[in-house]
Amino acid sequence: MTWAPITVDATHFYLQVYWWIIIAVLGGLFLLMTFVQGGQTLFHVAKDEMEERALVNSLGRKWELTFTTLVLFGGALYAAFPLFYSISFGGAYWVWMLILFAFVLQAVSYEYMNKPNNLIGKNAYKFFLYFNGVIGVVLFGAAVGTFFTGSNFSYDPVTRILQWGTAPDGFNLRGLEAAIDFKHGAWFNLAMGVLLFAMARILGALWLINDVDNNEFSELIERLRGTVKRCFIVLLVALLVVLFGLLTMKGYAYDIHDPTGKVYLEDGKYLHNLLSFGALPLIVFLIGLVLYVWGVLATLKGSNKGIWFSGLGTVLIGIIVISIAGFFGTPFYPSYADLQSSLTIQNSSGSKYALMVMAWVSVAVPFVLGYIIWVWYQMKKGGPITKEEIQDPESHAY
Amino acid sequence: MNVDLTMLEWARAQFAMTALFHFFFVPFTLGMSFIVAFFETIYVKTGKKEWKEITQFWQLIFGINFALGLSTGIIHEFEFGTNWSTYSWVVGDLFGAPLAVEGIVAFFMEATFAAISFFGWKRVSKGVHLASTWLLAIGSNLSALWILIANGFMQHPSNEFGFFNIETSRLEMSDFWTLIVQPVAQVKFLHVVTAGYTLASIFVLGISALYLLKGKHKDFAKKSAAVAAAFGLISSIFVAVIGDEHAYEVANTQPTKIASAEGLYVGEKGAPIVAIGIPKNLKATEVTSNEEGFVFKIELPKMLSLLGKRDPNAYVPGLKDLIEGNEEYGIWPLSKLAQIGKEAREDLFKYHEAKKAGDKAGMEAAKADFYKVVWEDKEKGISLTKADLIGYGYFANSNVSPDLIYPPVPPVFYAFHIMVGLGFWFILLFFMSWISIVKGTFENNTLVQKLAVISVPLPWIATSFGWMTAEIGRQPWTVFGVLPTAESVTPIALQNVQATFFLFLTAFVILGIAELKILFTVVKSGPKGAH
Ligand code: HDD
Ligand code: HEM
Ligand code: HEM
Repeated sequence: MTWAPITVDATHFYLQVYWWIIIAVLGGLFLLMTFVQGGQTLFHVAKDEMEERALVNSLGRKWELTFTTLVLFGGALYAAFPLFYSISFGGAYWVWMLILFAFVLQAVSYEYMNKPNNLIGKNAYKFFLYFNGVIGVVLFGAAVGTFFTGSNFSYDPVTRILQWGTAPDGFNLRGLEAAIDFKHGAWFNLAMGVLLFAMARILGALWLINDVDNNEFSELIERLRGTVKRCFIVLLVALLVVLFGLLTMKGYAYDIHDPTGKVYLEDGKYLHNLLSFGALPLIVFLIGLVLYVWGVLATLKGSNKGIWFSGLGTVLIGIIVISIAGFFGTPFYPSYADLQSSLTIQNSSGSKYALMVMAWVSVAVPFVLGYIIWVWYQMKKGGPITKEEIQDPESHAY
Repeated sequence: MNVDLTMLEWARAQFAMTALFHFFFVPFTLGMSFIVAFFETIYVKTGKKEWKEITQFWQLIFGINFALGLSTGIIHEFEFGTNWSTYSWVVGDLFGAPLAVEGIVAFFMEATFAAISFFGWKRVSKGVHLASTWLLAIGSNLSALWILIANGFMQHPSNEFGFFNIETSRLEMSDFWTLIVQPVAQVKFLHVVTAGYTLASIFVLGISALYLLKGKHKDFAKKSAAVAAAFGLISSIFVAVIGDEHAYEVANTQPTKIASAEGLYVGEKGAPIVAIGIPKNLKATEVTSNEEGFVFKIELPKMLSLLGKRDPNAYVPGLKDLIEGNEEYGIWPLSKLAQIGKEAREDLFKYHEAKKAGDKAGMEAAKADFYKVVWEDKEKGISLTKADLIGYGYFANSNVSPDLIYPPVPPVFYAFHIMVGLGFWFILLFFMSWISIVKGTFENNTLVQKLAVISVPLPWIATSFGWMTAEIGRQPWTVFGVLPTAESVTPIALQNVQATFFLFLTAFVILGIAELKILFTVVKSGPKGAH
């Protein structure tokens, strides 16, 4: 048996699969990196100026990496699945615009918040960071939700005209309907948003517990543990809703061997996906979940290494969620308005040549990951963030 | 496609606004990252504390700017999807690749090593720190390379690296390497980065001069100024030399742009450059001579032919020729191009209708006609097919005026001429500064000091005007000759675009003012008070 569809060029198909794997890995890494966003919503946990600066400085050294991962996530989708880029960004306009806006505000906040004469005052920048942490993550989660629940669009492949919503050019919510249209799974999208937010917030707390000097800031650390506990309950509830949805909803499906690529609805589609390949996706998903919970429980018991377990768990969970949305004959960006407009990794990808070129470029990725890890290690081996470093005039501290 | 033209204007305004904001910060990053690396290198070599202080002061300023560069950059990346979705659809296969490569090879390098360069002074060894500062600079400049390759493609798409695929109804890549090394992109890259070095050098020189004028931080200012003047002198000469090369590329790839930039309506042999002039906003179809085009002008004879074609007597086509055609020089009238483009569009539809009907023969016939060669130069081995001209089909529509085939003359003319004029001024400024620094008189030469201070905002004007030349001059196309701007935009209701326009405008204005206030405060308190 061949996994590649016999009706299309097999090399092209494998390249599409390869690129969806990369997207899934980037998505997983991005989820991990949202610990920065999560941490940004924890300013109120700090009780004095010094604690707050510890928080800002710890996150302030990492935010750029999250930001860049998001940029690359977008860039890779553009290069590998240009049709998705065009339809989702142009169609669900407001969702993406608000996410972007949240990141625009974030990019200056660390650098400016503690500088004198910063025009709008420290609290405004703190609010920006908070806004980024909540809106950026919840909306991103809701957008991932629509990978399963679908969106309201259709297009003409020859004239390339996209129609989003019912009125052709008219006024409509442009993506925000995903949060209020309960007939089309808004509850699932919202639960996904909340889930990601709770995950990010816990990761943020775990990161801070690890990165800030535990002796000098022992009270802060204790309060952060309390936050982890409370968020964990929210996380469990959201997770149950999401899992319930995934396992019970009708999924979108197509046959990779069918030359017309006809899309239809299938009962228990995502459960089938989890169980395909000898239940490998399910197993990895469960490993991810166990690691995540392990990290949380260890932290509650007093460890400060929880972030490494929960972080790895997050990456695995992210990879599986994106994988089951796009592999095994599943349209990853389905349309409930017009099933046949749904986007699959096959009908939305770049040309074979372009994917091949980019595949060669992707050889650089392990190298890039390598130096990121090396730099991270170099910066970390000097020990946690201390009061001395924060007050040192030569340390570019925020 | 029926787009709302008002919405199109707003979408363009939004892109221009975010692009110009982005490019306030970018060239500073490009140049300043190297200047900081120079200072740190001197510090590590000499081990003298004052050089460390100099490095850290300029790095602080670098960081303040860098943050807004990132903030304005992310919108750009996604605006191609949100506001130019049809564009992304049609060219994504070619255009997405350089953007993704930029992310992989450049942005991560910047982000990662910036962390060491900013926060690692005490955490890593001197050598690792210095290397990181250099890698940050190289990463920034690499990002310019990739984005300008992408932009180079939009300025000069060529069938050497891409083609219109009838099956998928979009442009597809056929040769990545040719896309990377095409001269238009390379010249652009060199011009833009050296412009960035010039800009940052003027900033450092100007601030140093300001300290000297006020009699503050003398040693700091002298040292900074020396490095800035040397770097600036070399860079500004380079900008002009490459700019000339740039003009040559433009003249040979985008005749409408060069003709608009010089207000040339009727083609001439031995065409002049207008050194100074006030152009009128006229319709080329109604103009009969080049004299009508200007309220007043001073010309440098034959210079345009010399610069654009490397031959003082060469023929340069005017806007009128580009619309009406000129048989003598083998220039086709727009109507002919439009007709071919229209046929290509019809073939495209025929092909897909035949495909739906399962009519193989019909598909073959449509495809053969679509890729029919309509022009070729056997000697050079180049040719054009109907498919290459599909964009011109837009002009076959009777309500699209032929006068839309070129951009409005005055803005392109002014932007281009002011940029070039400033370019010469910068060379002179650096030359004077450098001489007085070498002679040791810079410290007391208040005239040069004042000139340097006044010049601080000028390179920002030059770089913005450079982009206006390039981008307004490219109109009415997003991808020159292939994809009209009106067919690139996302079909969406006007209010959405207006709302996001003001959302980002407000954010950028507020953050921009905050940046300037912080910057002034830091400059005012000087190197010692930096922290
Ligand atoms: C990668 C491609 C690319 C790059 C590097 C730039 N632009 Fe651009 N620009 C476009 C791609 C583009 C575009 C998407 O193609 C636009 C949108 C509408 C249009 O006609 O072209 C455009 C429009 C556009 C306009 C409006 C032109 C008009 O509507 O007549 C201006 C003034 C600029 N840009 C300025 C800039 C500046 C200052 C840039 C430097 C950062 C810049 N562009 C980089
Ligand atoms: C329309 C095209 C452009 C897009 C889509 C774009 C996108 C971006 C993005 C997303 C970032 C943030 C990167 C990060 O996460 O680190 C960025 C920063 C940057 N961009 Fe652009 N950019 C564009 C134009 C340009 C141009 C024309 C140049 C240079 C010639 C340039 C040079 C840079 C540099 C040097 C940075 C580093 C950050 C800084 O200045 O603070 N960009 N750009
Ligand atoms: C001294 C003579 C100069 C000449 C002959 C020159 C020439 C040119 C030309 C022909 C273009 C248009 C390219 C296009 O349409 O694709 C251009 C663009 C540009 N110029 Fe200049 N320029 C000069 C000086 C400067 C200076 C001093 C700066 C800034 C400090 C500058 C910054 C730019 C920028 C940022 C662009 C847009 C990017 C690009 O198209 O490369 N130029 N220049």
